[in-house]
Amino acid sequence: MADPIFEVRNLDVRFTTHDGEIRAVKNVSFDVAAAECLGVVGESGSGKSQLFLATMGLLSSNGRATGSVKYRGKEILGLSQRKLNRFRGSHVTMIFQDPLTSLTPHMTLGEQIMEGLRVHSHVPREEAEKRAVEILEIVRIPEARQRMLQYPHEMSGGMRQRAMIAMATVCGPDLLIADEPTTALDVTVQAQILEIMRELKTELKTSIVMISHDMGVIAGIADRVQVMREGEIVESGAVEDIFYRPRHAYTKVLIDSMPRLDKAEDTAAARSAIAPDAVKLLDVVDLKVHFPVNAAAWITKPLRAVDGVSFTLRQGETLGIVGESGCGKSTLARAILQLLPRTDGTVVWLGRDLDAHRKDDMRKLRKELQIVFQDPLASLDPRRTVGQSIAEPLTALMPLLSRAEVSQRVARMMTRVGLDPVWINRYPHEFSGGQNQRVGVARAMIVEPKLVICDEAVSALDVSIQAQIVELIADLQAQTGMSLIFISHDLAIVRRLSHRVMVLYMGQVVELADREAIYADPRHPYTKALISAVPVPDPKIERARKRAKLTGDLPSPLDSRAPLTFLKSKIINDPNAEQYRPKLLQVAPGHLVAEYDEVI
Amino acid sequence: MSLLAPDATAAMIDAQEIHGRSLWVDARHRLFENKAAVVGMFLLALIALMAIFAPLLSQYSFEYQNWNVVSCSPDWWPDTTVLCNAGGTHWFGTDSLGRDLFVRVLYGARVSLAVGLVATLVSLIIGVLYGAIAGYVGGMLDEVMMRVVDVLYSLPFIFFVIILLVIFHRNFFLLFVAIGAVEWLTMARIVRGQTLSLKHKEFIEAARAGGVGPAAIILRHVIPNLLGPVVVYVTLTIPNVILAESFLSFLGLGVQEPLTSWGVLIGDGANQMEIAPWMLIFPALFMAVTLFSFNFIGDGLRDALDPKDR
Repeated sequence: MADPIFEVRNLDVRFTTHDGEIRAVKNVSFDVAAAECLGVVGESGSGKSQLFLATMGLLSSNGRATGSVKYRGKEILGLSQRKLNRFRGSHVTMIFQDPLTSLTPHMTLGEQIMEGLRVHSHVPREEAEKRAVEILEIVRIPEARQRMLQYPHEMSGGMRQRAMIAMATVCGPDLLIADEPTTALDVTVQAQILEIMRELKTELKTSIVMISHDMGVIAGIADRVQVMREGEIVESGAVEDIFYRPRHAYTKVLIDSMPRLDKAEDTAAARSAIAPDAVKLLDVVDLKVHFPVNAAAWITKPLRAVDGVSFTLRQGETLGIVGESGCGKSTLARAILQLLPRTDGTVVWLGRDLDAHRKDDMRKLRKELQIVFQDPLASLDPRRTVGQSIAEPLTALMPLLSRAEVSQRVARMMTRVGLDPVWINRYPHEFSGGQNQRVGVARAMIVEPKLVICDEAVSALDVSIQAQIVELIADLQAQTGMSLIFISHDLAIVRRLSHRVMVLYMGQVVELADREAIYADPRHPYTKALISAVPVPDPKIERARKRAKLTGDLPSPLDSRAPLTFLKSKIINDPNAEQYRPKLLQVAPGHLVAEYDEVI
Repeated sequence: MSLLAPDATAAMIDAQEIHGRSLWVDARHRLFENKAAVVGMFLLALIALMAIFAPLLSQYSFEYQNWNVVSCSPDWWPDTTVLCNAGGTHWFGTDSLGRDLFVRVLYGARVSLAVGLVATLVSLIIGVLYGAIAGYVGGMLDEVMMRVVDVLYSLPFIFFVIILLVIFHRNFFLLFVAIGAVEWLTMARIVRGQTLSLKHKEFIEAARAGGVGPAAIILRHVIPNLLGPVVVYVTLTIPNVILAESFLSFLGLGVQEPLTSWGVLIGDGANQMEIAPWMLIFPALFMAVTLFSFNFIGDGLRDALDPKDR
């Protein structure tokens, strides 16, 4: 390898905590060559972020790093803050996961980009401004000159992350360390950001370290890959070697547990066919949920979170609901569960129109309809034991059960979801994310519901744990014959479980079809863009793929024109006007597609 | 094997351990590691015990007057120009009516601590329930309840108390009510704010989806989770209440003779400051130590309960 620009030798990172010393990074050595992209993969807690924070001298105050970090032959580990600042931000820069918290809220974008230039390169203001505009154009921020005067909160997530990349590259760094730069973003935006980073690498010859848990992202951009686990590098090599000839068992697990869109799998849904005479459980007709939002002092505008969604669900069936953030999928789930009041429409449960004001109805509904939440830790009360949390729906809905009966059922349920019943008195913070999500599943299943709604139930988990939880849910479904509504932004996960898939965009259904049809034959341009934006964990396929691209950002949901992005010909050019509603057309039996313009 | 590793290792470490560590147990550990807080708790316990067992500690009663030793300094007083020495058993000297100051300081502690604890407890119960209900129910009810708080806030505290005392005459019980009635306002605001942020947490939604009613949610999920900041606020309220009582007593609106409180003693002492400084110094010292202790404990609790530390 020609002269590495970044050499790390025997790096150790230790943290002193209340529970003793934790060794987050264990004796790690590696190089980064000029103009290459090193992918660093690992699950949460593998020490991949701490490793690079340590090299930059950014560890939190209870952390300590030992070893050697050389930048172009110069030792930089343990340098004073002042000396570090001289090359941090100019020669080596970092991008973080959350683009909102990494930008200073009270400074305009232009000031923040120019700050780095003026501190490090001491260029005059006009020169700095020119460079800033140039770099904003490279990261494809339209109308760069006006954007420079905007504040971070005026921009969307994708726009902010692009601005972060602009800030990080404006001084012409040799090395850009990107820590999960796309994890907080939607898939279509992620595809745009990765595109920009690939260009930076080829055009500006910047070396990139891409830290990610997503094998698909790594496959698309990295030249070399190193796999980290529990603070150690377990395997490293060229991207093709890692993906096609993995040697370490853990690398194989990581690659195999990635759900893939490009290959047919033995899916859970394929295993459990629905009985042809299955009962219709749920019938949602033209459901609308609008929130009043203050537009000006006395004027409120409706935010159409869910705007006329209809579907049916039969016993034993799994419906996948897919969409990007802000499309209304979580609101839809909460409206069906009557956790939110609906503005209009009906929800028919087993032939009975539900009314949140009838107490009996609600009690019955709660017994039969349950939900599993996204964040396993946040959805459990930190001050109650897991046993109390699991038992809660049981004690609330069946108050006649004796205490012994309750604890017996809780113990039985814990065994079923793969938890040892002796843990009944432990607290959520003593469990891992995967275990907590098992508790969440147990809590939903304890009243033996007919329908469980999984709202992004596996999105916050690592891929290998994700696979386990999906498997658990599928097993429980096979045993009990319950129905599922599986909500996710991840199309690949949805495919593993669903019989039918519904795609939401701006609170409206754009496509609803059987699983096979939607992945093999997507019709709506938005569905196509979503599917093609999902990275495939296979370097050759991923790099050769042509994407159906969406340009720009999601429009504001307050703008009534937003749902018509794909039907521009019908737009009335007024953000407050009542707009045309795209009709759902049946293109094949059971395959519904919203109207769209052939050429956008 | 690799697939199960993180869960399995966590499981192996404490396979035998059945009882979990609750967040409270963790917080207690951290609190006892904080030296200032431990010293504070020790001093406070000492003062409280002395106040409780005051009659056993001294041979004098708090109202016994000995006209032979009026405004006399303790024997060990370093300044020898004082009028008289009170004799061996008056450790803190005597006051201007010939009563033993040591026993009076301890009786003052009884009143001050009792006012502090009871008034704070009153404000705690009203404030927590009021704030939690307003925050959790929200909407119109929240608006009305919080406007009531705003109106009460805008009444000047001292006028309010003086009017109460003038109408109902001076009485010990009224003191609790008057102070408690003002202190719960801040508590209600704090609790409401915390409830608003808790209300949208997923575990509250999970409880609602599990069919739990609003009253049970407030009692079981909301209140236990906001006790952290509340406990901290309580330890900072107690000194406030003690100060308020002292202030009222100093103005002559507090407890009645011969019963006393630190505020009364300090008020009397301040008048005699030049000729009998011990009459000011001892009660002031006790009060200062108590207030410091509460503040140290409050600080320690805040650090111990801070969820970001976890």
